[in-house]
Amino acid sequence: MENKENFGQKVWKYVKSNPIVVMLVVVAIIVGFTKDNFFSWSNFGNLMSNTAVRFLIALGVSGCLITKGTDLSAGRQVGLAACLSGILIQKGDYSGRLTKLPEMNMFVVLLIVVALGVVIGVINGLIVTKLHVPPFIATLGTQTIVYGICLVITDAQPIGGFQKSYIDLINYKLGDTKSFHLPLLLFVALLFGAYFWFLYNKTRHGKYMYAIGGNEVAAEVSGVNTTKTLILIYTTAGIMYAIAGWILAAKTGGASTSMGMGYELEAIASCTIGGVSTTGGIGTVPGVLVGVLVFELLKIVLQFLGVNPYYNYIVQGLVIVVAVALDLRKYLAKK
Amino acid sequence: MSEYVLEMRGVCKSFPGVKALDHAQLQLRPGTVHALMGENGAGKSTLMKCMFGIYSMDEGEIYIDGARTEIKDPLDALGKGIAMVHQELQPIPARTIGENIYLGRYPLKKALGFFPIVDHKKMYEDAAAVLKRVRMDFDPRQKLGELSISQMQSVEIAKAVSANCRVLILDEPTSSLTQNEVEALFRIVEDLKKDGVAIVYISHKMDEILRISDEVTIMRDGQYIGTWAAKELTTDFIITKMVGRELTNLYPKRENVPGEVVFEVEDFTSINPKSFRHVSFNVRKGEILGVAGLVGAQRTELMEGIFGTRSHTAGKVTYQGKELKINRPKDAIDQGIAMLTEDRRGSGIMGVLSVADNISIASLNQYVDYGIVLNTKKIDDLVEENRKKMNIKTPSGKTLIQSLSGGNQQKVLIGRWLANDPDVLILDEPTRGIDVGAKYEIYCIIADLAKAGKSIIMISSEMGELIGMSDRIMVMCDGRMTGIIDGKEANQENIMALATKFE
Repeated sequence: MENKENFGQKVWKYVKSNPIVVMLVVVAIIVGFTKDNFFSWSNFGNLMSNTAVRFLIALGVSGCLITKGTDLSAGRQVGLAACLSGILIQKGDYSGRLTKLPEMNMFVVLLIVVALGVVIGVINGLIVTKLHVPPFIATLGTQTIVYGICLVITDAQPIGGFQKSYIDLINYKLGDTKSFHLPLLLFVALLFGAYFWFLYNKTRHGKYMYAIGGNEVAAEVSGVNTTKTLILIYTTAGIMYAIAGWILAAKTGGASTSMGMGYELEAIASCTIGGVSTTGGIGTVPGVLVGVLVFELLKIVLQFLGVNPYYNYIVQGLVIVVAVALDLRKYLAKK
Repeated sequence: MSEYVLEMRGVCKSFPGVKALDHAQLQLRPGTVHALMGENGAGKSTLMKCMFGIYSMDEGEIYIDGARTEIKDPLDALGKGIAMVHQELQPIPARTIGENIYLGRYPLKKALGFFPIVDHKKMYEDAAAVLKRVRMDFDPRQKLGELSISQMQSVEIAKAVSANCRVLILDEPTSSLTQNEVEALFRIVEDLKKDGVAIVYISHKMDEILRISDEVTIMRDGQYIGTWAAKELTTDFIITKMVGRELTNLYPKRENVPGEVVFEVEDFTSINPKSFRHVSFNVRKGEILGVAGLVGAQRTELMEGIFGTRSHTAGKVTYQGKELKINRPKDAIDQGIAMLTEDRRGSGIMGVLSVADNISIASLNQYVDYGIVLNTKKIDDLVEENRKKMNIKTPSGKTLIQSLSGGNQQKVLIGRWLANDPDVLILDEPTRGIDVGAKYEIYCIIADLAKAGKSIIMISSEMGELIGMSDRIMVMCDGRMTGIIDGKEANQENIMALATKFE
């Protein structure tokens, strides 16, 4: 039988195996008590909605990471989806309208960008499985292509003038914004979180994904259709980036080609902080959520500390390196 | 001066949850072969890794020539004259033999009088000399990857010799060697013995141990059981000491009755002209067909071809007269074939996943409710059923498979295949690297499966196992089927004759 641990032991075990998460939470609490407005509802709301979008992207990339792959095209796919959504959801009477198409319903546009996400995801999956290009290189290639497409369709122009209903929907908050409120995006994120948890833990697809990450040859020999599973993973990822992009344009109120730049690295870093192992086969949805939350918390803490934004990248980079080093130490120590 | 070149006393080493070594000891005399024996998990490799500085001991002392010493890391060990040839060789195939031998301690010379660069000329001259000592006639500038496994092993030994070692650890050196290669290795060992080197020899093969070693130390559960002169020992005695109980039979009594021919392979030929070609054989219902051959006989390749992990150009596979179309493993599995692969770690277990995940991966379709949701309870039942049936030692189904011993991992993998209730089971070296006790259990499982009417194909490189377990033995040589021998008439000689029947 397994040993039953009491609550205290469980907490201590978590602290020991997730030092970086604990450290950041402690720093956040200290900052919270020393700076005004940190513990405010608006700050809380911002954290929630920022986390929500990044969580969707991280969920997408998590499957690639668990199967020992990666998806460097994530950020640019988000950017392309945001720009395309922006162009198609512009008000019909907007002067700077980029398309001659009639005004479109935003949900129809969502379907269009998701379809585009599927296409890019399938292409990524095919390059990885059929052409046997390592995921790092394969998605580096598609990253560049996707960015190119984005430049072509936008002519590198910033896009604004969205339908009001679109902006209102995405930024909808449940409750009074001056006191306790929950952004709609939080529920969207939780819904997708629940869906991915189900996918990873309760379906054959999830088990096949972990099996491929654990030992791809063994999975193949055991009759797992590794090609199909991997293509599905990259496609699901593409869908998640598309949805995130569609949301992001409205959340920001405008879209530009630089949107989504570097998001893939943040998503990969968040997953790693959340315990998705770079050696494959390991990673959970709650872990990814914690990773994203901690990363967003870090950004807000730096902002409140008044750190010059240019330094943010240096700090974030350090956190990534330390997180991965600590993660690997867990496995090295077992030798 | 001590009579021992190296001595370890009271060595303890714990890993999370396991006490791997519990006051183990070892005394090595110069110029002798000292066999270290024990079941898997007895702590042999751990003890050697402590000696070689890969692990640090929790407790215990090491003496070299009677003087107390500490070994910090492998480099330190090499400096003190201890060298190790690992169970899994770790060479760099893309570099030359010479570079592999002198890896990490390249001879240097000064360019322009001050700038240190690798002295390639000296390195290759020295390497050639060392290779001669291990009776290898190779150009040290040749790429290591072009050599066979046994030749690479000789290179590893050459590497040890080049460090002027006084203690050489050979961890399962013959596990992937053919009989001729084993003989060559033994000649090298004899040479080294004459030079006064103490050799620690870890192996599961009794006949080898009794033949080559001078002294035998037996370990069990991390503890020291005793040291004996090899000539006083018998196989039975060693097994009794290793297992801690009497083992009366090496192989179980088989009660299977082979029925009609059900599985047939005709004219099976690889796309690679050097691999298997024109192989035809059949297996009866409830029969164990052994497959013998030397390394390179293409037995594994043939089975992988049948199972769909390798391609074939010609040939037909039928089950009960119906032709099977197999292009990948999934096709084979869907048509009632299972294959336990040879390389447990490489293509068997998924180390970081749980026992439950590992055992259920090939049969997940059976545990699906409402077309999509996996029924965890059914998977737990599968684990529990197998745990009872095969006596799998695991704390729970959630335990990571990599923390189980080799024998238990193998049982989990057998369970993975049985979950699909296959008609034909291909077992490739089912007991490789598994200790004596677990081996017997696996033989019992195989015998039971045959009795239950499964057709079993068992590749093995252990003669005893083939002769002891098979109803018939198919022998292969260089990609061809060279004969089939009835199990009752099979012996070492008639198998070897067919296995060496080169064209």
